[in-house]
Amino acid sequence: MTTTSVGTRKPARRSTESDGPKRTALRRGLGDLRVALLFVAPALVGFVLFYLVPTIRGIYLSFTDYSILGNPVWVGVKNYVKIFQDKLVWNAMGVTLEYVLLNIGFQTVIALGLALLMYHVAKSTLIRGVLLLPYLVANVIVALLWFWMLDYQIGIVNQVLQWIGIPRVAFFGNEFWAIPTVAFVNVWRHMGYTALLIFAGLQAIPGHLYEVANLDGASKWQTFWKITMPLLRPVLLLVMVVTITGSFQIFDTVAVTTQGGPVNASRVIQYYIYQRAFSQQDFGYGSALSVILFIILAIVAFLQMKFLRGNENDLS
Amino acid sequence: MTTLTSAARRRRPINWGRVASWAALVLAIVVTVGPFLWMLRTALSNNHALASQSSSLLPADFTWGAFARVFGLQSQAQAQAEGGSGASINFWQYLVNSVIVSTMITASQVFFSSLAAYAFARLQWPGRDKVFALFLGTLLVPAIFTALPNFLLIKNIGLLNTYLGIALPSMLMTPFAVFFLRQFFLGMSREVEEAAMLDGAKHGRIFFQIVLPNAAAPLATLCLLTFIAAWNDYFWPLLVGNDPAIRVLTVGLGVFKSQSPQGAPDWSGLMAATLVSALPILLLFVAFGKKIVNSIGFSGIK
Repeated sequence: MTTTSVGTRKPARRSTESDGPKRTALRRGLGDLRVALLFVAPALVGFVLFYLVPTIRGIYLSFTDYSILGNPVWVGVKNYVKIFQDKLVWNAMGVTLEYVLLNIGFQTVIALGLALLMYHVAKSTLIRGVLLLPYLVANVIVALLWFWMLDYQIGIVNQVLQWIGIPRVAFFGNEFWAIPTVAFVNVWRHMGYTALLIFAGLQAIPGHLYEVANLDGASKWQTFWKITMPLLRPVLLLVMVVTITGSFQIFDTVAVTTQGGPVNASRVIQYYIYQRAFSQQDFGYGSALSVILFIILAIVAFLQMKFLRGNENDLS
Repeated sequence: MTTLTSAARRRRPINWGRVASWAALVLAIVVTVGPFLWMLRTALSNNHALASQSSSLLPADFTWGAFARVFGLQSQAQAQAEGGSGASINFWQYLVNSVIVSTMITASQVFFSSLAAYAFARLQWPGRDKVFALFLGTLLVPAIFTALPNFLLIKNIGLLNTYLGIALPSMLMTPFAVFFLRQFFLGMSREVEEAAMLDGAKHGRIFFQIVLPNAAAPLATLCLLTFIAAWNDYFWPLLVGNDPAIRVLTVGLGVFKSQSPQGAPDWSGLMAATLVSALPILLLFVAFGKKIVNSIGFSGIK
């Protein structure tokens, strides 16, 4: 496991030649600052220009009226007040939440199952690679592929449903099915990747624990719940923080397939932000919505860390 | 540690449990690979024949036409005869655009991130850990949040609908790349570097002649991951690069889909296009699959 803590501090060694006592003292305080600045400068510029300043500017814009043309006009919390009264926002929140629950629920359970299979049944890089394949292909491609396979008229899935004797389903065109379908498509894309992350966690569990449990006569079921799950918890938590944060930002699949429809059934929050900012040129409102999305994500991550005691390790 | 006190039970692997596990695994593989085969099958079909032969597992009325259509090698009459829309798309152009943008991002981002990672892993300077924590903190900021202001910035400096406009925000660093390489540098032995330093080598030389060559493996992995991410990105290129001349593949594909007439979409053409778009990634995967698979673990969390 990689250490997130900051690396060991070793006194930097430098060339012994010709450093007068005064210079040495000065350098001890600043260390390798001059060289370091050279090394870190490009990344620092990128960080300031494309991460730090946009974050601040985004917060500022959320308090303004801004339609790209002209200058932003300060309007205080007007955008936020409007958001709370906007039925489409509440709809978008509900739709997004439904998506996240379906997506994360199925994805995590399936991925855990796959990871256990990878670990106990087939330790083969080839199988792991094959299962990872959908993740490497663009969202857009995956979305188009399933859009075709789930087509109402001649999609293969509806053909199969018909053979079995189940009536056809308009997967992307039905208000009830649109979100579950999008969720399913992304479970398909991400399950192998998530399984690999969990698999890495399984590998980190010391093998002797299983041997001891085995000697003690524990059943597989007991071993799973008493050893695997508690020790896997930190990993599972990290995986879930990452996947849930990603899940809330669902955009590509919706943009390519349903475009928010039918009616408002799949207008997820990021798609709504996109529409407000770019179709309706309402950048202030769009920024305020993204601030809210940001806050939601921060709260979710915080709650997960707190309630699942993520930073504690049972292995001690 | 928990002591399991239950009486000694026999824990022989039961045969049917093993069978069920394998069945589940095979099912997972079929579900994963099946759609890709279906993509290929559709791409090799005549679009008009898809409806009548929708239940055949083989290509319906086999033809390379869909691929020819994608690359604009079919005449309009020919295309329409095979169910294409007849509208031409600059697929070659999109492909070239994707290669240019992804290469720019990968080469530049990995290089500058490795410089920064070296400064964080090997150099002593005041504020180092704070700056690093700041970098890491941005991992938590959702992409949409910086996307709107970044769009305005790119627009203000006149880079809308240019390659540089699409690539620039990811060219100088991503928190992930810096983190990934710093972790690796921290784990590398310092002996050779320290010896070189005693011989009077400067940090620049040490970085280029010792650290970079020794880090070839993680650098290659990072290049792969960065390239794949850049190739697959959709939201950002959609915002700043929707002009037909510089559209990347993902953006072009979305357009290709909406160009089809509502009644009978050109599924064969669409699947041929998606296949071609996915091909570079699939080739990379065939060549470096093991590296990619093994890179996904804790350090690979992205």
